[in-house]
Amino acid sequence: MPDRIYPSQPESVYFYGTCLVDLFYPDAGMAGIELLKREGLQVIFPQDQSCCGQPAYNSGYREEARAVVRSQLALFSKPIPIIVPSGSCASMMRNRFPDLFEGDPDESKAVALSGRVFELTEFLVHVLEVDLVDLGPPVNVTWHGSCSMQREMGLREEPRQLLQQLNQVQLTPLERERECCGFGGTFSVKLPEISSAMAKDKADDVRRTGAQILISGDCGCMMNIKGTLEQDGAPVTAKHIAQFLWERTHESG
Amino acid sequence: MSEQHRSRIMERLRTGVPPTAPVESDFSVISEKQWPLSERLLRLRQRLESVNGRVHECGRDAWVAELQKLLAGRKLKALMYAPGTEVGDELDESWDRSDSALPALLPALEPDTDIRERVFQAEAAVTGTLGGIADTGSLMLWPTAKEPRLMSLAPPLHIALLDADRIYNTFWEAINQQRWAEDMPTNALLISGPSKTADIEQQLSYGVHGPRELIVLIRS
Amino acid sequence: MSQADFRGAASVAVGDVQLRGNFRRAMDGLMEKRAAQFTDADEEGRLRALGESIRSRSLARLPELLEKLEASCKRNGIQVHWAETTADANQTVMDILKNRGARTLVKGKSMVSEEMELNHFLEAEGIEALESDLGEYIIQLAGEMPSHIVMPVIHRNTGQIAELMEQKIEGAPYTEDADELCQIARKVLREKFYRADAGVSGVNFAVAETGTLCLVENEGNGRMSTTAPRTHIAVMGIEKVVEHLQDVPPLLSLLTRSATGQHITTYFNMISSPRRPGEVDGPEEVHLVLLDNGRSRIVSDPELKATLRCIRCGACMNHCPVYTRVGGHAYQAVIPGPIGKILTPQLQGLDERGDLPFGSTLCNACVEVCPVKIPIVELLLRLRAEANSPTGDSSVKGSGAKRDKTEALLWSGWQRMHASGKLYNSLSRVLAKTGNLAPGFMPPLSGWTATRTKPRFASQTLHQLARKRGVPDE
Ligand code: SF4
Repeated sequence: MPDRIYPSQPESVYFYGTCLVDLFYPDAGMAGIELLKREGLQVIFPQDQSCCGQPAYNSGYREEARAVVRSQLALFSKPIPIIVPSGSCASMMRNRFPDLFEGDPDESKAVALSGRVFELTEFLVHVLEVDLVDLGPPVNVTWHGSCSMQREMGLREEPRQLLQQLNQVQLTPLERERECCGFGGTFSVKLPEISSAMAKDKADDVRRTGAQILISGDCGCMMNIKGTLEQDGAPVTAKHIAQFLWERTHESG
Repeated sequence: MSEQHRSRIMERLRTGVPPTAPVESDFSVISEKQWPLSERLLRLRQRLESVNGRVHECGRDAWVAELQKLLAGRKLKALMYAPGTEVGDELDESWDRSDSALPALLPALEPDTDIRERVFQAEAAVTGTLGGIADTGSLMLWPTAKEPRLMSLAPPLHIALLDADRIYNTFWEAINQQRWAEDMPTNALLISGPSKTADIEQQLSYGVHGPRELIVLIRS
Repeated sequence: MSQADFRGAASVAVGDVQLRGNFRRAMDGLMEKRAAQFTDADEEGRLRALGESIRSRSLARLPELLEKLEASCKRNGIQVHWAETTADANQTVMDILKNRGARTLVKGKSMVSEEMELNHFLEAEGIEALESDLGEYIIQLAGEMPSHIVMPVIHRNTGQIAELMEQKIEGAPYTEDADELCQIARKVLREKFYRADAGVSGVNFAVAETGTLCLVENEGNGRMSTTAPRTHIAVMGIEKVVEHLQDVPPLLSLLTRSATGQHITTYFNMISSPRRPGEVDGPEEVHLVLLDNGRSRIVSDPELKATLRCIRCGACMNHCPVYTRVGGHAYQAVIPGPIGKILTPQLQGLDERGDLPFGSTLCNACVEVCPVKIPIVELLLRLRAEANSPTGDSSVKGSGAKRDKTEALLWSGWQRMHASGKLYNSLSRVLAKTGNLAPGFMPPLSGWTATRTKPRFASQTLHQLARKRGVPDE
């Protein structure tokens, strides 16, 4: 992956909530917005946004994916960064939109948009260069980086760097940090036996760290691992990194 | 039958394979692997030893004596060799035939006998090499009419003689400098250690089909 | 099983504790060994780029290089045969054997001969064909398929192998000592090498410029099979050709380092001709069988042709979290793992194996290690789209075969909901209110809830929260 050249801090950005955050983890989305606002940015949230198209695209329904993405292209027309609190949606937008629209009248729009996409932690670290001050009590956490975050976006250190700025937070790495948790979108319902086995292994790995909180930047993985931990009655909670960072660093009333 | 298949396959390829821009290959990642001779020797040695090869260094004219020393206690009956090759001639000249602790020299070829019969019975064979490769710890062999292919394969012990000044940095360098592409022999080989397998639960075993032992004499 | 079914076989395999343990241990070891070989990221990156360029060049010039290979081989005295299908290739081998009066043969490891199911074919023709690679020999004894392309018997542990050899080899004692097991096999096979009428091998690389067939191995059985018998038959897929001799060293290095973490294998065997006048060993005749079996179709697709860059190192399966949990047999294909998931459906058709491209989490662990940088995930996605194609008009065999009416309906509903901001906003609010009432015991959710709690919809969507907190809309 060629190193990305980052712009300097803009005045405003778009926020792309993603469908999973929208429906299941809206607090994580709000936290992401707050983190950006605190750095002095104006954050725009187009209310007509829905989904990056990845579920259909990954299932082999490209026409359907294209139709949905086409509806999104028009919503982000200003030449400002688009911040996505998900490695996998960010990768879809950044890496696959151009292919999806190859030879299409909207190709240039898709390409232009993909160039403006940043995953949230990537943006916090490389563009905003945030300094975080930890206000929370001591806690032991572990981090699960999604496969798209690590291998498609090349973001391994960014989330870690943010978490390590919090001096009361002890970060215990997973033993098989780089291994997939078995979510894989529709894989988890199409091949549930393998998916479950992988999730179980990941959940066991989480437990072995002794962490109280599992942190991730992708809601699919989080649902998968958290759901497995919960089913087993494990005393571990899960949190999106945006929400964790926001909760630890803002003065609540 | 083959002719029709050929023309149909070629037809599909000719019409199907899309024209693409020429693809360049940059070999610098290999060509820049360069070490001084002493380090090449060391590397080759370490690599070979790491895969259970045994390496002995000796003076230019001392290799036969060194070999005799190595084989003295081993109770081998015979050592197969290739008369008429450089290695074979030097052995012929200097081998101590009076020492009963040493194996007898056994010529690889005998008129009217199948080489396979002889070589499958042999306990040990000694061959020359074309050179070595530091990068991978390999010996290069081009078997010949006088020094057949099976000599380095069938007997449980293979002894190979290597000149230190013929150790190349990489295989790529060797084939380019020696201009292999201009005239390939029937069989060219890289040998990097004794025969081995890890097919049984990844446990390393030596001598599964080829030699269990490889001794390399490096003379400088 | 009439129709191969990855999910069915995989869900059985995943519950086999012994099997899973065998694979996990083995794959962990292999990953570690590969990592130890590539400690310099710059070197790794440049060498892989070189490997990719060599294989891409070979494919871009395939017609020309095959002609050149044929000419060079002929000049050297190697007889070249062409086969469109595996049946043609088998018949070609049989004809050569007949011509030579050969009744017995020894085989070196060859994935193409597995693709041809050559052993079955020859057996039916009354020819004894014995695998001589230790791993292949063991699975032949067991009547199984290889479960890994580099380590065919990796699914069995030592005890299981010991039992098998005691049962199947006359006079063999039960022993769990790997060395002793090897020596038992050595004894049996020595005899066969000596007596066999013909040897069959695969080809790792065939050099167009010189007419050279290259074989990579550790055991020496490949050398035996191509040296001791009077006739040598090499079988290869047409994609295996490379242009120059100097293209070989980088590929060899990538292959052995990626596969087993070795700097190089014990033997690298380069065969350029049959026995020449005066030479006393080596086959009197060398035959090269070039097999197409769908490859010429694959290479004509600008995207999918990358599949054929593969040098069969197995690194993609070693690093695959799915393969690690289910093992090779679950794929019910000659080549398992990530490369199998893209190659098999293209060779056999999506109608037969359109299930395979879906058996992946798209985690990219394979892509990260593939020495010739095959974009496996992109190709999986492409094949998924082909499998579900509404039109089926494509060069990919069986395109559209997996399209399911119900699923297509679901996705078109999904599209309607998500392509309209209004509809999305109103429906997502409904979900926030009532989504948690959906029962978890019904498919497809039941697969999820068997081992996980049901995901819970939040009471308000992010859209609602953002609006309430005054986040601007544009
Ligand atoms: S696809 Fe790549 S990693 Fe997999 S076997 Fe082929 S060359 Fe090796």
